[in-house]
Amino acid sequence: MSIDIVLTVNGTRRTIPIADPRVTLLDLLREQLGLTGAKKGCDRGQCGACTVLVDGRRINGCLALAVSLDGADILTIEGLAQGEALHPVQAAFIAHDGFQCGFCTPGQIMSAVGLIREAQAGDDPERVREAMSGNLCRCGAYAGITAAVLDAQRAVNQGEAA
Amino acid sequence: MRPFDYVRARDIAGAVAAAAEPGAAYLAAGTNLLDLMKGGVSRPTRLVDITRLPGLAAVTATQGGGLRIGALARNSDLAHDQAFARAYPAVAEALLSGASAQLRNAATAAGNVMQRTRCPYFADTASACNKRRPGAGCEARGGETRLSAVLGWSEHCIATHPSDFCVPLVALDAVVEIASPAGSREVPLEAFHLLPGDAPERETVLEPGELVTALRLPAEAAAFAGHSRYLKVRDRTSYAFAVVSAAAALRLDGPRIAEARLALGGVALKPWRARAAEAALAGREPDATAFRDAADAALAGATPSGDNGFKIELARRIVARALTLAAAGTPERLPALPASAFAPIPGAASP
Amino acid sequence: MTDTASRPDPAPRPLRQGSSIGQPLTRRDGVLKVTGAARYAADHSPPGMLHAVMAVSRIARGRVAHLDVAAAEAHPGVVAVMTPRNAPRLARHPDEKGDPFTFRLDLLQDDRVRYANQPVAVVVAETLEAATEGAALLAPRFEAEPPATGLDADGRFVPGAIGIGDPPDVVKGDVEAGLAAASRRIEATYETAAQYHNALEPHAVVASWDGDRLSLEMPSQGLAMAQGRIAGLFGIDPGDVHIRSPFLGGGFGSKGMVAGPQVLGIMAARLVGRPVKLVMRREQMFGPVGHRAPTRQTLRLGTDEAGALTALDHHSLTASSTFDDFFEPSGGVSHTLYAAPAIATRHEAVRLDTGTPLFMRAPGEASGSAALESAVDEMAQACGMDPLAFRLRNYAEAEPVSGKPFSSKALRECYAQGAERFGWSARPLAPRQMRDEAGLLVGWGLGTATFPALMFQAQARAELRASGDATVEIGAIDMGQGAWTSLAQIAAEELGLDIDRIDFRIGSSDLPDGGIAGGSAHTATAGAAIHGAAAQVVAQLAALATADPASPLYGAGNAGVVARGGRLLRRDDEGRGEDFVAILARAGRGAVEGRGTGAPDPAARDAYAMHAHGAVFAEVKVDPDLGQIRATRLVGAFAAGRIINPRLVRSQYYGGMIWGVSFALQEQAVMDPRSGRPMNANLAEYHVPVNADVPSLEAILVEEADPHVNPLGIKGVGEIGVTGTAGAIANAVWHATGIRVRSLPITLDRLL
Repeated sequence: MSIDIVLTVNGTRRTIPIADPRVTLLDLLREQLGLTGAKKGCDRGQCGACTVLVDGRRINGCLALAVSLDGADILTIEGLAQGEALHPVQAAFIAHDGFQCGFCTPGQIMSAVGLIREAQAGDDPERVREAMSGNLCRCGAYAGITAAVLDAQRAVNQGEAA
Repeated sequence: MRPFDYVRARDIAGAVAAAAEPGAAYLAAGTNLLDLMKGGVSRPTRLVDITRLPGLAAVTATQGGGLRIGALARNSDLAHDQAFARAYPAVAEALLSGASAQLRNAATAAGNVMQRTRCPYFADTASACNKRRPGAGCEARGGETRLSAVLGWSEHCIATHPSDFCVPLVALDAVVEIASPAGSREVPLEAFHLLPGDAPERETVLEPGELVTALRLPAEAAAFAGHSRYLKVRDRTSYAFAVVSAAAALRLDGPRIAEARLALGGVALKPWRARAAEAALAGREPDATAFRDAADAALAGATPSGDNGFKIELARRIVARALTLAAAGTPERLPALPASAFAPIPGAASP
Repeated sequence: MTDTASRPDPAPRPLRQGSSIGQPLTRRDGVLKVTGAARYAADHSPPGMLHAVMAVSRIARGRVAHLDVAAAEAHPGVVAVMTPRNAPRLARHPDEKGDPFTFRLDLLQDDRVRYANQPVAVVVAETLEAATEGAALLAPRFEAEPPATGLDADGRFVPGAIGIGDPPDVVKGDVEAGLAAASRRIEATYETAAQYHNALEPHAVVASWDGDRLSLEMPSQGLAMAQGRIAGLFGIDPGDVHIRSPFLGGGFGSKGMVAGPQVLGIMAARLVGRPVKLVMRREQMFGPVGHRAPTRQTLRLGTDEAGALTALDHHSLTASSTFDDFFEPSGGVSHTLYAAPAIATRHEAVRLDTGTPLFMRAPGEASGSAALESAVDEMAQACGMDPLAFRLRNYAEAEPVSGKPFSSKALRECYAQGAERFGWSARPLAPRQMRDEAGLLVGWGLGTATFPALMFQAQARAELRASGDATVEIGAIDMGQGAWTSLAQIAAEELGLDIDRIDFRIGSSDLPDGGIAGGSAHTATAGAAIHGAAAQVVAQLAALATADPASPLYGAGNAGVVARGGRLLRRDDEGRGEDFVAILARAGRGAVEGRGTGAPDPAARDAYAMHAHGAVFAEVKVDPDLGQIRATRLVGAFAAGRIINPRLVRSQYYGGMIWGVSFALQEQAVMDPRSGRPMNANLAEYHVPVNADVPSLEAILVEEADPHVNPLGIKGVGEIGVTGTAGAIANAVWHATGIRVRSLPITLDRLL
């Protein structure tokens, strides 16, 4: 029995039939909606590659049942840039070489966007490192990631102040 | 995952009724349940989604001056609530030292209390485990036991409870509010989780269908706000379960300890309240000798369940350190960074 | 863009700083990667595709006694269950050995189980959920035999070869005499744990058959080898195997050879006659896709009164699987690093019921360096010498075992620049002397880094068109090291074109064989091939122009011109030149094409020892009571020949150094010796560093020019960062605590 849910995905509200309640948010995005930016690194909430924003909060898409999120607002990496203009976090990841293989990158970036919205870390690199620790990077691009998050946070906050 | 019925509960009575049938499980964020279902450890036939139950996410003051934490309050919301962190700093510290920011954003207060052990033999369905299959035996015995229990274990189960949140809560006399088919009841958190004994499959006092609706902190819990810490030692700096942790809370009366609260995490199948240690501290001056005595008292009954004797000495040291930190006073900035002991020092260290 | 195997977009303009060798360009695939538009293998879902999920063995040795195929088949959505009973027969048995790079695979040809997490069945279904549950419903039962686990297993032997074809025993001089003559000696045994690559992208394949033509989306570090292996197994022409691998979500060696599970996905697609996607689950990656074998290394060192080594003896015990050979060559570092009149390295092994170990980032060098650098520190301590002074005292001016001169070696500069930056001279000699203001113990340690400068084989093709645009094609691989960028920079440099005028294509087996992305040799090898192809293009242009009286270059001769900025210029007078477009237009040529090869130069390799070097300085802090350790500061100074892109090279060094931190402090697969099952086969309990584990990192790029190593003077940077670092951290932990932990990783319980 299929259950219809309504999700706002990257700004577009849509009704989505869930044919199987076992479908996680991550698998819904990747296998049904064609949004393959969020990655499956472990499928168990242990790597962060599937991080997306749900109602503005970063969560692991692999450990959320899609059917339970009826009515939610989902932001994925595909919805972050405004047309050709990269989000400050995206631009900062490029500038600081905050990735190598790129597989964890969508999750890192969505996590960073969530971190900036949470506004808990401030400009303390140590708090940023701690707050980004739910995103593994096996290539070891952490130095660039931390620098990128701090930089982007400044840019975002300045943008909002202006 | 086995196919399951998905039932969205509209009120508590409906949820409890829907969950009464065998094979049903409550679904909140699902961060632990889905993990267990993917690993084949849990195979529910019905999920009762309680995320839309009205009012269950609220955090409200109680009439007696305590605090009621709704079952669905998210871990991060609670930890980042400044008033909450000021009143219960060790709880906020514990919350923020658990899992990752993503998981804390999803996971709920009651879900944290209900999380299952991380024992690898419990998680590995090819291993014998008395929790998963009563009477099957405990393959953890004689196996990989570095992180197994040192307190309260039995020959049938040497697992530990993985929660950080529960450790300060149990120290602060938190109470669990429960909705039952017959009405509602409450149980002290200290009595909520069960030691394994000869029935490790029974993990809490919950009866089938019962639902945790809230956690309550009594008014006295806030009296420790000035001297409360949670200290967690783990094998990497973040995003790891505790090797051992401790929550310490002191109420000082002049130069002496009027009342101490102490609990340990990662040592037993429940958050371990160290009442003997608390008694040993009452009336003492908060000094190293007193803390060492308290540590000895806290671990007096500890025995290795395998190749994990180091955890006993480590726990003693963590207790002493947590008490020392608590005595020094709750830090200015709350919550303290869990990894703050390792914060880089400007200019780097020099001899 | 539709075809990710060509042309990632350029980075945003403001970030670009240049277009050729030596420029710190940002990644040309950057925008694709930060927008989620970079498509990895598992991101593909061709029409009609089915999902495949493996069931794996839960024993380490024995046979599969029962699979509940009926239960799986009955699950709604399940299309097929592939077991030995119906698995497609293969043209070549997967245990048949070919070249040393052909490893035996478990492809459901029988019911044997030879390690935990070995595939025993594949369930194919309309949805991922159905395939996953179908695999669970198989509920395999096994007949188990007691597994051989751990390095104390019976049957120790001397392998015929270690690594890829290296001798197990190498002896120079008389080690026993050297030790006997020594005035100081140490002997110590070090252990390193089994580690699993755990690239964040699980091995995956999306396979589509069209008759005997096979299309694959599949991460691979070596396209041509994978193509050949797959063609051999299925009895088809290698040219009919089309692999696209534009982006790898990390490899670290584990995607060097096609993995068994990937072949199973291809077999499943053949079985069901529809495209199939098979993605490994994380826990399944602790078995069939390789690992770094554990080692136990005993080192004996002796010195004279002045601290000069008289002998170095390095014995390694490691393990391979029961059914195939890969022996971690830990002793190799001792051949090259320190001068000693007598050096012996020996390797022994046992066979365990595990998946076959494989190359894992700095295979041999990482484990060997961890032990050697610890031993050298212990020797320095025994001599009462500063660890840096001791290493300089025993600096090898020529390669110690071979006696060959180094093609280049700026290690002395690495030591000097790293020590200066780190502040090493302030280090107290004795341990447990430093504390920070929080009371944490502080220790400083040093390790020498080294990795051979290898060259493999590659081909490239370059074409310059009448428009002045070029296409450069090579089946090279970007697994994160930055081939999309650095190889394009080489192409731009050699063609004398702006990088944005080059349609640069990599990551497909339909392109010329780009060789293997491994051994830190890919930029050098593929770069040399591109260099050759571009040189041919330029030579043809030059021939056209210099022979044409209408050209300002007429008569300049081939050697007399240089390509730059889309023009050929006279070397002796750069004011005289001509546009590529004009040269081709006047010659009536639509395009000129060049082909190039990258390969080692046997004569140069015969004459010189070729290695990259470095020095890693580490600071750790240790809680004196709780034992918790954190690496707080790392400075690495590396000399690796010519640097194509310093931004990307720095990232490679950082990544390697973080692997070193992980090696020293975190990573270990925990086996239950009774079952042979890894008990931490997940990313929550198999610890790799998280962001908070990562200290302040600095990498110094020490200048080094090497005229011998290859045409571009590149030595490779991908693996050297792991070496040196693990030992430096172990040494720093000793310096902080006074406790010498000889078994890595160093966990807090060792320091209580």
